[in-house]
Amino acid sequence: MSRKHTAWWIVISLVVAVYALFPVLWIVSLSLKSPGDVANKRFWPTAIDWSNYELIFTGSAQDLFLPALVNSVGICLIATVIAVVLATLTAYAVARLDFPGKRLILTMALAVSIFPVISLVTPLFRIWSTIGLYDTWVGLIIPYLSLTLPISIWTLSAFFRQIPWELEQAAQVDGATSFQAFRKIIVPLAAPGVFTTAIIAFFIAWNDFVYGISLTSTSAARPVPAALSFFTGASQFEEPAGAISAAAIVVTVPVIIIVLLFQRQIVSGLTSGAVKG
Amino acid sequence: MSVIELQNIVKRYGDGYPAISDVSLSIAEGEFVILVGPSGSGKSTLLRMIVGLEDITEGDLLIDSERVNDSAPRERDLAMVFQNYALYPHMTVAENIAFPLILAKGQYSKEEIDERVSRAAELLELVDHLDRKPAHLSGGQRQRVAMGRAIVRDAKAFLFDEPLSNLDAKLRIQMRTEIARMQRNLAVTTVYVTHDQTEAMTLGDKVAVLKKGVLQQYASPQELYDEPVNLFVAGFIGSPPMNFLPVENRDGQLHSPFGAFSLPAAEREKLREAPRYLVAGIRPECFRDAATVDEEVRGSGAVLRAEVDVTEWLGNEVYAYLPFEAEPGIRKALEELDRDLDGEGTRTQVVAVLDPLTTVREGDAIDLWFDPAKVMVFDPETGENLTRDPENAKRLSEESEAARRRALERARAQQTEG
Repeated sequence: MSRKHTAWWIVISLVVAVYALFPVLWIVSLSLKSPGDVANKRFWPTAIDWSNYELIFTGSAQDLFLPALVNSVGICLIATVIAVVLATLTAYAVARLDFPGKRLILTMALAVSIFPVISLVTPLFRIWSTIGLYDTWVGLIIPYLSLTLPISIWTLSAFFRQIPWELEQAAQVDGATSFQAFRKIIVPLAAPGVFTTAIIAFFIAWNDFVYGISLTSTSAARPVPAALSFFTGASQFEEPAGAISAAAIVVTVPVIIIVLLFQRQIVSGLTSGAVKG
Repeated sequence: MSVIELQNIVKRYGDGYPAISDVSLSIAEGEFVILVGPSGSGKSTLLRMIVGLEDITEGDLLIDSERVNDSAPRERDLAMVFQNYALYPHMTVAENIAFPLILAKGQYSKEEIDERVSRAAELLELVDHLDRKPAHLSGGQRQRVAMGRAIVRDAKAFLFDEPLSNLDAKLRIQMRTEIARMQRNLAVTTVYVTHDQTEAMTLGDKVAVLKKGVLQQYASPQELYDEPVNLFVAGFIGSPPMNFLPVENRDGQLHSPFGAFSLPAAEREKLREAPRYLVAGIRPECFRDAATVDEEVRGSGAVLRAEVDVTEWLGNEVYAYLPFEAEPGIRKALEELDRDLDGEGTRTQVVAVLDPLTTVREGDAIDLWFDPAKVMVFDPETGENLTRDPENAKRLSEESEAARRRALERARAQQTEG
């Protein structure tokens, strides 16, 4: 690559990075501003002020924020685990077996994810109120599955199709039982795909706002994105922007850490070299 | 080292179409057997049935006289090298090679596993790569790892499924010799699938030629070359392939598009009952430029006159191409045969492999000299080789069997010495 070429790449990468990171930086800056600074039209706070964080963890907003954090983590983890387990089984069947209705499953999964979330909220609200799932964890886990299952099925079946299944046969010839072949050869190869899917599914559930705000009414099940909208400022005339930003940072940081830690697993390529490519 | 016996093996898929129909062959202890045929001949299916990755619809598969039709692959104790190597990408080379030993729980101690892996690595020149992952190996190295995984344990037999087809031409020839040497030294029963007749001829003690799931001939390479049973085998074995000329059997002579010639008396006798229109097969290397043939010898042979379309000079020999017109019926039969042999079925022509002394150039007419005793004559309907000599075939198969036994004994003697 020529030097000029490299320079161009650096410039373009910088532009993209700034474009993507600018809003994040802004939120960081907002979360560190004192209430008086919020509307001062400067990018950086005049002084670093931790009061917004104190507000959500120990101050008046803690009753709103901390239970919501517990709800979010719990609900999203459960929804992710169920979605990934079901999607793994489905994708395995789709990738490995030939059966009638195979295309139908994939099409249905796609169709489900095309429905606008907002159109489902009202009927769900009515059903949940009648059968007592309103404002419960289960009441959110079920709709979250409708968000996470389709994408999980699609990504996993795409991933499973790439696994060289001949390896399973090679292992059997080498003396493995079917179960040994699955456990020692296929599981290690499938793990990165399953893991990546789990992370994507978790993010989707984690970022939901519409179900969270519509199907909950108390801190019994209200997740973080919904709880943020209930924040108030110190007085009713004050914007709670600082506290919302602080909460947003708190819920984003774990996600960023997960991605950085498991970047290697997320990037596939572990399967290259098994067979002649 | 084991005896493998296939008895009336049939493979049918869901639609009832037989992928393999009624194949019987027996593979002796330490024998190197090649399954060869064009694509769709069922050779890989047959191999996968032997190893246990495909069910056997009908017939019996015996390994050391024990019926193993319903045994799982791991119970059959055979080692296989897959076409695309099937290395485990998450394991290092050493782990890949050790995998079959680790699976045989308790059979090998930790030290024994290490020793066997390093012995296999030494044999295959992989010692420097033991800690690397397959992704970081070249094609030839991956291929050797796959072989290492097969030879590391004392399997009853080695099975190869087109192991060289993913390598480039030079490496392929090297590995071919390597495989031949390894098999001779280890003296292990080996079944090897290929579509390449050169591999089949150079490696095999015996070659099974398959066409559309039907076994055509199971014989030594030399017998296949000298005494093929039919048009298909004759056309498949040999490179460049055998020339097929439409001939008319009339007045004790065979009239070809390039002129008439007579066969020796014994052959003529065999054609007495034959139909009028026949196919004559002459191998390209049987032709000589008549100008380069000595006078005395010349009289004993026959000469065809033809115009050379294209010549290819290869240094040690010259390929001359001579197109001819065949009548539509024969032409169709020849085209069909060509398609069966994986060809394009586009042209009827004769290829002659000539001595580079020849002065013939493109566009010249040439007198092609050949020995009529080397001509084979086939029935165009059934494809049967009418001039086949069963006596000679028997002699050839006995000779090759004796040679194989001698080689096996030598290998055994060396093993006991070592």
